[in-house]
Amino acid sequence: MVREAIRWLLSSLVLLFVVTVLTFVLVAMAPGDAAKAILNARSGGYTPQQYQEMRRMLGLDQSLPVQYWHWLDHLLHGSMGTDLFNGQSVTQALGSRIGPSLSVIVATLVVSGLVGVALGIVSALRGGVLGRLVDVVSLGGLAIPNFWLALVLVELFAVRLAAFPATGYTPFGTDPVQWLRGLVLPVLTLSAGAVAFIAKQTRDAMSDVLSQEFVTMLRARGLSTRSVVLKHALRNAAIPVVTLLGLLLVSLLGGTVVVEDIFAIPGLGQQAMTASASHDLPMIEGVAFLFTVVVVVTNLVVDVSYRLLNPKVRAS
Amino acid sequence: MTAIITSPETVQETGPAAPAPGRPWRGLLRQPLGLLSAGYLLLLVVVAAAGTLLTPRDPEADDLAHTLSGPSGAHWLGTDRLGRDVFSRLMVGSRPTLLGVAEAVLVFVVLGVALGMVAGFAGGRTDRLIARLGDLVLAVPGIIALLMVLAVFPDNNAAAMIAFGLISSPSLLRVVRAVTMAVRNELYVKAARLSGLSTPAILRRHILPRLAGPVIVQVSLFAASAVLAETALSFLGLATPETQGPSWGNMVGEAASVISVDPWLLVPTGGMLVVTVLALGLLGDTVHDLTVGRARGSAVRPVRRPRPAVRTAVAVAAADVAAAVADGAPTEQGAAAPLLSVRGLTIAFPSPEGEVTVVRGVGFDVARGECVGIVGESGCGKTVTARSLVGLLPGGGRVVAGSVAFDGRDLADPAGREVARLRGSRIGLISQEPMSGLDPSFRVGSQLAEVVRRHHRLTRRQSRARALELLALVELPDPASVARSHPHELSGGMAQRVSIALALAGEPDLLIADEPTTALDVTVQAEILNLLRSLRVRTGMAVVLVTHDWGVLADLCERAVVMYAGEVVEQAPVSDLYHAPRHPYTLALLAANPHLAAVGQELPAIPGTVPPPSAWPAGCHFQPRCGYATEECGAGAIPLVTVAGGHQARCIHVDRLEAAR
Ligand code: SF4
Repeated sequence: MVREAIRWLLSSLVLLFVVTVLTFVLVAMAPGDAAKAILNARSGGYTPQQYQEMRRMLGLDQSLPVQYWHWLDHLLHGSMGTDLFNGQSVTQALGSRIGPSLSVIVATLVVSGLVGVALGIVSALRGGVLGRLVDVVSLGGLAIPNFWLALVLVELFAVRLAAFPATGYTPFGTDPVQWLRGLVLPVLTLSAGAVAFIAKQTRDAMSDVLSQEFVTMLRARGLSTRSVVLKHALRNAAIPVVTLLGLLLVSLLGGTVVVEDIFAIPGLGQQAMTASASHDLPMIEGVAFLFTVVVVVTNLVVDVSYRLLNPKVRAS
Repeated sequence: MTAIITSPETVQETGPAAPAPGRPWRGLLRQPLGLLSAGYLLLLVVVAAAGTLLTPRDPEADDLAHTLSGPSGAHWLGTDRLGRDVFSRLMVGSRPTLLGVAEAVLVFVVLGVALGMVAGFAGGRTDRLIARLGDLVLAVPGIIALLMVLAVFPDNNAAAMIAFGLISSPSLLRVVRAVTMAVRNELYVKAARLSGLSTPAILRRHILPRLAGPVIVQVSLFAASAVLAETALSFLGLATPETQGPSWGNMVGEAASVISVDPWLLVPTGGMLVVTVLALGLLGDTVHDLTVGRARGSAVRPVRRPRPAVRTAVAVAAADVAAAVADGAPTEQGAAAPLLSVRGLTIAFPSPEGEVTVVRGVGFDVARGECVGIVGESGCGKTVTARSLVGLLPGGGRVVAGSVAFDGRDLADPAGREVARLRGSRIGLISQEPMSGLDPSFRVGSQLAEVVRRHHRLTRRQSRARALELLALVELPDPASVARSHPHELSGGMAQRVSIALALAGEPDLLIADEPTTALDVTVQAEILNLLRSLRVRTGMAVVLVTHDWGVLADLCERAVVMYAGEVVEQAPVSDLYHAPRHPYTLALLAANPHLAAVGQELPAIPGTVPPPSAWPAGCHFQPRCGYATEECGAGAIPLVTVAGGHQARCIHVDRLEAAR
C-alpha cells in the first residue's frame, strides 16, 4: 500500500513537472509575447524602450529556467503569480472559476453515470431490441458533435420554448434554482455522448458478468433476481465501469471548453482559451497545473476504488 | 475535444486472446452497413481531393439577392448569409477537416504501431520505458496541450492535429503492444526466430498481418474523434478560421450566428458531421466484429451455444417424440411416491438453423434419500439434464416436452416460477468449477449468510453464525478464517466445500451434483466424495450425481442412469449394471475398463465418437459404434424395455447380449 502511494506520488510529480515545463517552453516559443499584448491593449503602439521596460517588469527578459524556477518557488509558497493583464492573483482567479466548471463536470458525471448505468443494465438484461437500441443510441450519442448539439438545444429550449436560460451561470449560493436551470442545457449537451459511452460500456460489462458461471450458481441457490443483478452482477461490472468514469471525467475537461464558450459560462475552459490567446503565462501555467492536478487526483480515485472493488488486486 | 475517449475495452478485446484472421476486408463485403460506410468515406476523400473541380457552384461566390434561401433547385442545401451555395461549401469544407484528420491519423499510426511493436517485441526494459512514456502522454490533459500548440502556431490546423495524434497515440500503442506480445510468444514465431529469420522479417511476415484488424479498428475510432476535435477547434475559431475558407467547423459557427433567423443552416452542416463520424464508427465496429467476432451473447442467458445443426426440434418426427415420451418409463421403486420423477424430458437449444434437440425422452425417478448417478461420455446430455432440473438451462435452452415432478409439483412449466421457488431451499446445486461458481467480489461468509437469510427467518447475526456452522459441517478446518476469505484465496478443494455449504444452506431434500470432483486433484476428489457420502447420511438428502467417472458412481450411488447421445440407454441398480449390463454401450464401456472402482478413472475410450445432436442416426443412436447392430437397429426409434426388476435397456437385442455373457 505504501509502495503504491509512493509510486502514485512520484508519477504525479513527474507529470506535473513535465506539463508545467512544456507549457513554459511552448509559451516562450509562441509568436508575440505578453509584453506586446499588454502594450497593444493599452495604447495600440509602443517604442522599443517601452517594450524592453515591460519585458523586464514581467520578468520575461530572464532565461527560461530562471523564470520556471521563480514560478516553482512561488508555487511552493502557495502563489501562482498574478494575471499579467489585470493584476488579479491567479489562485484567486482560478478559484472563482472552478465553481462553474466543476458544477458542469460533476453534474454531467452524475447524470451520465446514473442514466448510462441504468440503460446499460436494462439493455444487458433484455438484450434483443433494447440492446440494439442502446447500440444505436450510443453510436449516435458519440457521433453528434457537442458544439452542434449545444446550438440545437439552445434554439429549441432557450429560444423557442424559453424553458432554460441560453447563456450565463448563477452561482449556487446566489440562487440554487437559477443555478440548476442554467446547468440543464450545458449538462444535456455533454451528457449525450457521455451517457452513450457509459451505457455501452456498462452493457458490455454486465453481459460479460451475467454470462459467468457464478451468476447461474447464485440463482441456483435461490437468490432473487434483484440481488443477483443489482448486488452481485453490478458489483462485478462496476470494476471496469469505474475506470471508464475516470476517463470520462478527464475528457470532460475538454468538453467544458466548448460548452463554456457557447453558454458563456465563466469557467476554467474559458479562462484557458483567453489566457492562451493572450500569452498570459502565469494564468496559462495556473490552468495547466490545475487541469493536471484534476487528472492526477482522478487517477488516484479510480485506482483506489478499483482496489476497493476488486479483492484480487486489494490482496496483492 | 468531444469525447476524446478511446475505450480501453478495445484493448482487452483485441488483445492477446484475439483470434485475428489476416484479411478483414473480405468479410467487409458481406456487411452492408460497413460497406456503405467505407463507400461513403471513399467518396468523401475524392470530393475533398477534387476541391472546386466537382462543386456545382463557386463556393465563394456571393449572391446577396439570395441570402439564407433554404434548399432549392439551384441551391440544394440552401445559401448562407452571403448567398453562397452551402452544398458547394460543404464539399470544399471537407478538405481542411479530412486533411487534419489525415495528419492526425498519420502521427497516431506511425507512433502507435512503431512504438507498440518495439515495446511488444523487445520486452524487458525497453517495454517498460515505452509503457511509462505512454502513460505519461496519456495523462496530459489533451485540451491544454491543444491550446498550447495553437498558441505557438496560431490558426495552424496541421499543428493542432499532429499534436492530437501524438497525445492519442498511446492508446494504439497499447493495443499493438498486446498483439505483438501475443504473436511473439506463439510457437510458430518462436520457431521462425530459432530458424534464423531476422527480426524485420518476423515483424513483416508474422506480426504486421495480425495487427491489421485491431489497428484498423483503433484508427477508425480515432479518426471519428479527430473529426470531432478538428471541427470543434475550427468552430471555436482556434484553427481554420473562416478567413481561411470554409470548413465544416466554421460553417457550423456561421450557422450559429444566424440561428435565430435561419435555423435550417444547422441541419446540413451538423448532418454532414454526424454522418461522417457515424460512418467511421460503423466501419470500426464492422472490422471489430469481423476480426474479434461478435463477442458476447446477451444477459442471464450465457453464451454457450450448442453446435449448429441441421436437425431441428420440428424435424424430429412427431411419432419419434411420442415414443420417447411414452417410454420415459417409471422404474417401480416400491410403493412410496418418488421425490423426483422425470418423464419424457426433451430439451432443445436455439441454433442458427432452428432449435436443436439435445436431450430426448429422458425419464428416471429418485426416491427420498437415494443417490442416482447419471453417467455418460461428455456431450451425452447429462449436464443439460441436470441443469434443467433446477430450471437453469444455459444459452436459451428450454424444455420442449416432458415433465419434472418434484414432491408432487411440476417443475417443467415454461415460466419456471415453481422451480424458482424451490431452488436453494429444496433443491441444491453444486457445479464442476467450484471456483467460478463463487462471486469473486464478496467474502465467503457474506455470500453464505445471504443465502442463509434468503431461506430462513434469521437476524444478520444469527445468519452469520449459521454460516460458520455450515462451513464446519463441510469439514473446513477453520470456518472463521474461510468466512473472512475471498474466493480467490481458497484452494479448489476448499472452494468446492464452500459451494457445498452454499448448496446446503437451505437444507435441500435433493442435491444435484454436476461432476463435483472433475476439476479437483485426485486426493481432493476422494475427500470431497467422502464428505458427500457422510453428508448424505447426516442430512438424509437425495442426490443426483452427474459423472463420467465409474469410480465415483460406484462409490456413492445406488442406482445409475446411463445416457448416450441425448437418451437414456440403460438404467439399473449400480451392482446390476456392473455385473449384468444389458446395453451394448454399457458393456463396451465396462469391457474397456477392468478396474471399475478406481476413483478418478474416466470412462474408457471405445472406437468412434458420440455423434453431435445434429448427426443422430435415425434409429438407435449407438448403432454406428455398436458391435451388435443389425439392419433393424436403424429402422426406427428404439424403445426402452424392462429387462428385470428396476433394470431397463434401450436395445432390441438385449437377448443376444444375455446370451453372449
Ligand atoms: S439397438 Fe442395435 S444398435 Fe442399438 S444398441 Fe442394440 S444392438 Fe446396438
